Amino acid sequence: MIPELGHYALVLALFVALVQATLPMAGAATGNAAWMAVARPAALAQVLLIAVAYLALTWAYVVSDFSVMNVVQNSHSLKPMLYKVSGVWGNHEGSMILWVAMLAVFGAAVALFGRNLPPTLKARVLSVQAMIGVGFYLFILMTSNPFVRVIPAPLEGNDLNPLLQDPGLAFHPPFLYLGYVGFSMAFSFAVAALIEGRVDPAWARWVRPWTLVAWSSLTLGIAMGSWWAYYELGWGGWWYWDPVENASFMPWLAGTALLHSAIVVEKRDALKTWTVLLAIVTFSLSLMGTFLVRSGILTSVHAFAVDPERGVFILFLLIIATGGSLALYAYRAPSLKAGGVFAPVSREGALVLNNLLLSTATATVFIGTLYPLFLDVLDLGKVSVGPPFFNATFVPLMIPMVAVMAVGPLLAWKRGDLPGALKRLWSAAAATLAVVLLTVWVYGGPVMAIVGMGLAAWATVGALAELAERVRLFRIPLRDSLARAAGLPRGTWGTTIAHASLGIAIVGMVGSSAWQSETIQAMRVGDTAEVAGYSIRFDGVDQGIVENFRTDIGRFTVERDGAFVATLTPERRFYPSQQMTTTEAAIHTTWLSDVYIALGDPNEAGQWTVRLYHHPFVPWIWLGCIGLVAGGLVSLSDRRLRVGAPERRRSPPAAAAHAAE
Amino acid sequence: MRRFLFLLPLVLFVGVGVAFFLGFGRDPRAIPSVLIDKPVPEFALAALPGRDKADARGLATADLRGDVTLVNVFASWCVPCKVEHPIITRLAREEGITVHAINHKDKPADALAWLTRNGDPYDRVGADPDGRASIEWGVYGVPETFLVDREGRIRFKHVGPLTPAVVEETIIPLVKQLRKG
Repeated sequence: MIPELGHYALVLALFVALVQATLPMAGAATGNAAWMAVARPAALAQVLLIAVAYLALTWAYVVSDFSVMNVVQNSHSLKPMLYKVSGVWGNHEGSMILWVAMLAVFGAAVALFGRNLPPTLKARVLSVQAMIGVGFYLFILMTSNPFVRVIPAPLEGNDLNPLLQDPGLAFHPPFLYLGYVGFSMAFSFAVAALIEGRVDPAWARWVRPWTLVAWSSLTLGIAMGSWWAYYELGWGGWWYWDPVENASFMPWLAGTALLHSAIVVEKRDALKTWTVLLAIVTFSLSLMGTFLVRSGILTSVHAFAVDPERGVFILFLLIIATGGSLALYAYRAPSLKAGGVFAPVSREGALVLNNLLLSTATATVFIGTLYPLFLDVLDLGKVSVGPPFFNATFVPLMIPMVAVMAVGPLLAWKRGDLPGALKRLWSAAAATLAVVLLTVWVYGGPVMAIVGMGLAAWATVGALAELAERVRLFRIPLRDSLARAAGLPRGTWGTTIAHASLGIAIVGMVGSSAWQSETIQAMRVGDTAEVAGYSIRFDGVDQGIVENFRTDIGRFTVERDGAFVATLTPERRFYPSQQMTTTEAAIHTTWLSDVYIALGDPNEAGQWTVRLYHHPFVPWIWLGCIGLVAGGLVSLSDRRLRVGAPERRRSPPAAAAHAAE
Repeated sequence: MRRFLFLLPLVLFVGVGVAFFLGFGRDPRAIPSVLIDKPVPEFALAALPGRDKADARGLATADLRGDVTLVNVFASWCVPCKVEHPIITRLAREEGITVHAINHKDKPADALAWLTRNGDPYDRVGADPDGRASIEWGVYGVPETFLVDREGRIRFKHVGPLTPAVVEETIIPLVKQLRKG
């Protein structure tokens, strides 16, 4: 009964979305206020209905209702409760329910908090949002209905893929989707603005918070996925340039560019057509990510729920959404009025450079990801594109980007003083030199790693130097500096935190790529292995049965120079219901580096395959990512961007005075 | 000109959309082999040094005539090879299929240690330290497995680790059929 209720609510949501997609749009075109007003209750009704559908599916998982096909395929009565709840989105059908639920929540947020939006813009935004909803409701109901029953009901379910039964991965998809779906807001605003024929600073101020929410979530989602790959897959890496990873990375790159170009629209009323294009592209890349993962047209280590029929459907959605919006763009964008002019060396100029580099980087990842498909379609042969391509193309693009990142915030709007800005970065330059020398002294190479460490120092210290500059640290009494710091806009704090954190993350990325040590050994109990100055003794293996899996837990003692460091217990789990083995690496972190042990298979001779790694600076990647997210959230709390904050005319004197400091 | 610039994103997207659409009919994992139904390429490899099977010999074109055989390309550094190894062992020991191996770009000591640790089901193992013979065979990566008939022609090729499904549904039936014919 309850699954049927969910199914029914889903169908109702489709019809509500159909109304919301058409009436307010027509109302905005004809000036019919009553029709436009339909958008608000419709958006709220959608949230309620989708919540019912979502809870119905969750209920079926929690009580292990094996008469529901989706539950049979992805759950097991012995599965821990956490994974029963998270299992709802651990499969294709359920993940799409989560997708539309978030879409509806974003729509409702605009309906609730968008009181100050011009009524026609609001009606059009909500209409476009509902159009996306209609597409996805149809997709779910026609190709991926999670409420399908199975008769007779089996006694036990097939269980969730054991790799997904992990706290890191349980919350990876929701944040990823929150990011993907969040960009739908920027898209809806862009399309609505194209229909309205008007893009202005107020528009940008409306787009920015949604983009910030989406960007912060996507950052967190990608970081969680990477962290999961690091400790769960047992290969010791954290990024593989796999098509599915790239599918989430492309919207992130484009979204980062959007975040920055929207600032220019907001402050200087320039780069409008470009920003609208970025908004369309960012969401299109999110849709494409959804498509690529489910279509099976690219080889990936973690493609899930591959089904060509679904792929064709999402492809049509993609063509309608992206093709339609780009056609609208080609038709309407030329008539958008161009805004303020600026010199190449200026805050705008730096942001344009940031956009150019980020867009090129996005294109690079795009080409690298889809090149095998393009060649195959043209019958030019089969290739695979791997990390060497991305290291050779993507990394060099990031070098100028990070270099400019520290300088940009120190430049004034319209016309900046580059020598002056560089002079104020002397502390960052000194730190960079010190880090480069230290790196050469400790590691000696490779050259790219030294460059990377230098850039990281430049980015982090540069961001802090800019902050110090703003609060006149050490030039006025400390108390006054603190007062100034407290008075800084949250957006400025967010920028500083995010930019400094990127530097920290770069240290982790460079360090783990350049100076990782690895050894794979067949060890008997009592054997000792060495990695990066640590000696690791294999003390034994404990076996046990926990909930829905069997486990072998290795006991290892880590010592350095004869002194005890840690006891590590890497696990190897076997899930009988899926006949699958997973590894749970054991990690000892000093915050400067990780000692990492993954337990492999035993052989007949009583030896266990053990992978031992030493990963310098890996924890800095996670710290940096947390910092990026924190920066995004702090920016989001800025009063100027707060959802529902009263709309005021932007005051150019205030902005100019700020930049002139 | 300015108009065209605004049209450009749409034009590019149409190209991508067409590629996506055409991509559906294709299996990205399927790699065509020009060698199917062709004779085994001319090659001769020395035996893996130090392998202590009584009749440890190298592997050459002439060795692949007379019986239906499998040729497995493996390396000690290849993780998927380890995954498929029990399946190959079963094919050799239980199904009675002669399995030869080409040891691809490996150090002999590593390969020997690997075979000692994981079991050695192979009849002949040819050492191909520089990967030259693998190029002749059109090997894209390890592991790959070839099925060779009595006349020394390649009849089937599998890229990546062998799976129980491929073995049950393709390899064993094909071996039976080729042995009869």
